[in-house]
Amino acid sequence: MNQEDINVIDQPEVLKPRMVTIDISGKKYEVPEGVTVIKAMWYAGQEVVRGVGCLGGFCGACATYYRTKDDPKVRTCLACQTAVQDGMSFTMMPPFPARKALYDIQKLQDPKQDLFNLYPEAPLCRNCNACTEACPQKIDVREGVWKAVFGDFQSVSEMFMDCVMCGLCTPVCIADIAPNLVALYVSRAQGVHFTAKPARLDTRIKEITDGRFNDEWRKILAMNEKELAEYCATVK
Amino acid sequence: MDIHALQQIVHQTRDARRKQTIAKFSPADRDQLIRKYHPDWRASAYRPIRFGPNEGDKTVVELATLLEGDSSLDDSADLTPHHTTDVLVIGGGGAGCAAALHAHGAGAKTILATKLRLGDSNSVMAQGGMQVSVAPEDSPVTHFIDTLKGGHMHNDHDLLKVMVEEGPSIAKWLIELGVLFDRQADGNLHVKKGGGSSKPRLLTCSDYTGLEIMRVLKDEVINQKIQLLEFCAAVELLSDEDGRCTGAVLKDLDNQQHVIVAAKSVILATGGIGRLHIQGFPTSNHYGATGDGLCLSYRMGAKLDHIDTFQYHPSGAVYPEQLIGALVTEGIRSEGGQLVNAKGERFVNELDTRDVVSSSIIRECEEGRGIRTMSGRVGVWLDTPLLDAEHGPGTVERHFPAMMLQFERFGIDISKDPVLIYPTLHYQNGGVKIDTNSETNVRNLFVAGEASGGLHGRNRLMGNSLLDLMVFGKRSGLTAASRTGSITQGKLTLQHLERFRTEAKKHGNVSGVISPMILPAYTRKAG
Ligand SMILES: Cc1cc2nc3c(=O)[nH]c(=O)nc-3n(C[C@H](O)[C@H](O)[C@H](O)COP(=O)(O)OP(=O)(O)OC[C@H]3O[C@@H](n4cnc5c(N)ncnc54)[C@H](O)[C@@H]3O)c2cc1C
Ligand code: SF4
Ligand code: SF4
Ligand code: FES
Repeated sequence: MNQEDINVIDQPEVLKPRMVTIDISGKKYEVPEGVTVIKAMWYAGQEVVRGVGCLGGFCGACATYYRTKDDPKVRTCLACQTAVQDGMSFTMMPPFPARKALYDIQKLQDPKQDLFNLYPEAPLCRNCNACTEACPQKIDVREGVWKAVFGDFQSVSEMFMDCVMCGLCTPVCIADIAPNLVALYVSRAQGVHFTAKPARLDTRIKEITDGRFNDEWRKILAMNEKELAEYCATVK
Repeated sequence: MDIHALQQIVHQTRDARRKQTIAKFSPADRDQLIRKYHPDWRASAYRPIRFGPNEGDKTVVELATLLEGDSSLDDSADLTPHHTTDVLVIGGGGAGCAAALHAHGAGAKTILATKLRLGDSNSVMAQGGMQVSVAPEDSPVTHFIDTLKGGHMHNDHDLLKVMVEEGPSIAKWLIELGVLFDRQADGNLHVKKGGGSSKPRLLTCSDYTGLEIMRVLKDEVINQKIQLLEFCAAVELLSDEDGRCTGAVLKDLDNQQHVIVAAKSVILATGGIGRLHIQGFPTSNHYGATGDGLCLSYRMGAKLDHIDTFQYHPSGAVYPEQLIGALVTEGIRSEGGQLVNAKGERFVNELDTRDVVSSSIIRECEEGRGIRTMSGRVGVWLDTPLLDAEHGPGTVERHFPAMMLQFERFGIDISKDPVLIYPTLHYQNGGVKIDTNSETNVRNLFVAGEASGGLHGRNRLMGNSLLDLMVFGKRSGLTAASRTGSITQGKLTLQHLERFRTEAKKHGNVSGVISPMILPAYTRKAG
């Protein structure tokens, strides 16, 4: 065996592609094992427009409910990030009419209090934990809702940095809370009202408006191609 | 061989490699490497465009075919408007949202139409960060120079100067909207060093920079009650008798009907081209990255710039199969992650520009030092566990939670095992030629973001795209809004299409495809 033959990764799924039977919205199809849920839909001949976005696990367009063979529990996933297995059944989540509050984030007077006007349902959380279980990003959503209510906006903004806004936490909520929208409001408020202003950024903006770099600009923009290339080579 | 057995060489050589420094290529060596291995230099993949504003210019076959494609509209199409507005923004990524917010903020009636949902775009996926010169040792001028070097000196100086100078104020705008950039202990913005930059300049929001910016901008678009038309893809632009842009024809993807929008100006922010799978490359791009804006503007007579050059991100996943093409963020290399071939050797300075790093990976693979997968792919290792070794356990998990989760779903722990990567089609370096107001040579037609060209030269520097989107999104929005008082709504005609078709006839006709593509054809045909 030469070097090249040795450096090949074993992939049983490629060597002997195994077809598995899955169930898409109530119909059975044969698809190759291990492809993503979205690719399985394409393989099954379905056109997917609603339900596909970034294909990279970031946009949350592909929120999906699924169940594996013999398991009674209906789970949730991002269809572009989940591989199919034999006996799996799934269906995509339709758009859910959650209510998003409208606000002018900069003009809020008391953001922690305003939360209760904008999302009066937030403090009614009944601790069922369904939202946490539904979250494909493994965020402790329930905890986040409580932290929001108790005014710990900073923790919420950190916890929900992973939130792809798939909305899977919303239809399951027995208190009609849309935790991701609450968290979005809280995170923005945290950024606008409770985060230190970066002083150095203002200094830089002032330097630019005051023309501190004008001499350097003049020098550089007056250079011919060759001079500029030489100058560039000196910047390391 | 078992993947773990193949990964052993990476673990075994880690300690020896840690001490090793690899110099960047000299300009001459770098040119030679790129000419030999970079996909932009694969002559057989290119052909001249037969007609139109860029007649005779070469571009990849996939794009040339679309540019010479025909419109889905015929001359008799009914152009009675369903909506009338001052500014029509097409595309719901970062550039589109920034444009719409600024146009609306300046008092213009604004409609934002987008192909999928608002925010389903490349912008949500940006992980590495956004370049803004805020560090005291840095300056807009240094940012300019670094970008020029990255772009092989082909960047448009005027566009570039505007971008680097407006960077800090656009960062301020985002912060005032609530974007949570990472901070230092003293409250100042934390900056990271990116590939090809001489100073640390990347603003980040963990490894979710694009997602965080987009969550905030989307929320703001909705709060501002900007009229949204989702699942509406632009299929043609409209022009008056003088060739000025006056609106667009959209196709509602839910019911396949046309939606005609009359607008005093149109801002195209339709993003990139990855889903054309140029030269068969996998891509990191979103589902709708099919180069629609290029085709639409080209038929209107807009000139394109640098459309022969594309960015192949050095680290696209090649294993597991499900993640092929998905991006392994540059941040890993910024923090010291090394590239390692099948013999356990490093072969490039990991922080060199993307074109250099990609070319060197292709070289390793073509010369037999790659690792192959059974589906016929090949790649090299990216030593992710090295980060934990260097900076302490938990580093990968803390700094790259998005990436950890992405691989974890397939049972791979990237803090323990290296990942296999190969260049993936990532970014369209060129695009529609614009001026510093983001306007094309077609009056009242603006293009902002990845769909535009000139700014990045022949290779975009990492982190410069997010900045580009915000700065030129803003400029297009403000300029378009400033015209609403002085211009009246022009006629809605397809005269540009007549001219285009006549021109096509003279050159042996259109290419036989309908463009824009709208969505890639991934659905398997029966059988
Ligand atoms: C995985 C990944 C990681 C990246 N990381 C970084 C990074 O760290 N830093 C950085 O600076 N850059 C990064 N980039 C590049 C950057 O994200 C993109 O260049 C940028 O987001 C493009 O923004 P845009 O608004 O121009 O286009 P997009 O964000 O792609 O938005 C285009 C929008 O237009 C819509 N559209 C397309 N065609 C039509 C049509 N015909 N009609 C209506 N709507 C249409 C699309 O659906 C989409 O909503 C990354 C790119 C990718 C793919
Ligand atoms: S918090 Fe809700 S919207 Fe966010 S990722 Fe989790 S389930 Fe999706
Ligand atoms: S689903 Fe609703 S009620 Fe249940 S824990 Fe979550 S927020 Fe509370
Ligand atoms: S398509 Fe964007 S998360 Fe799946």
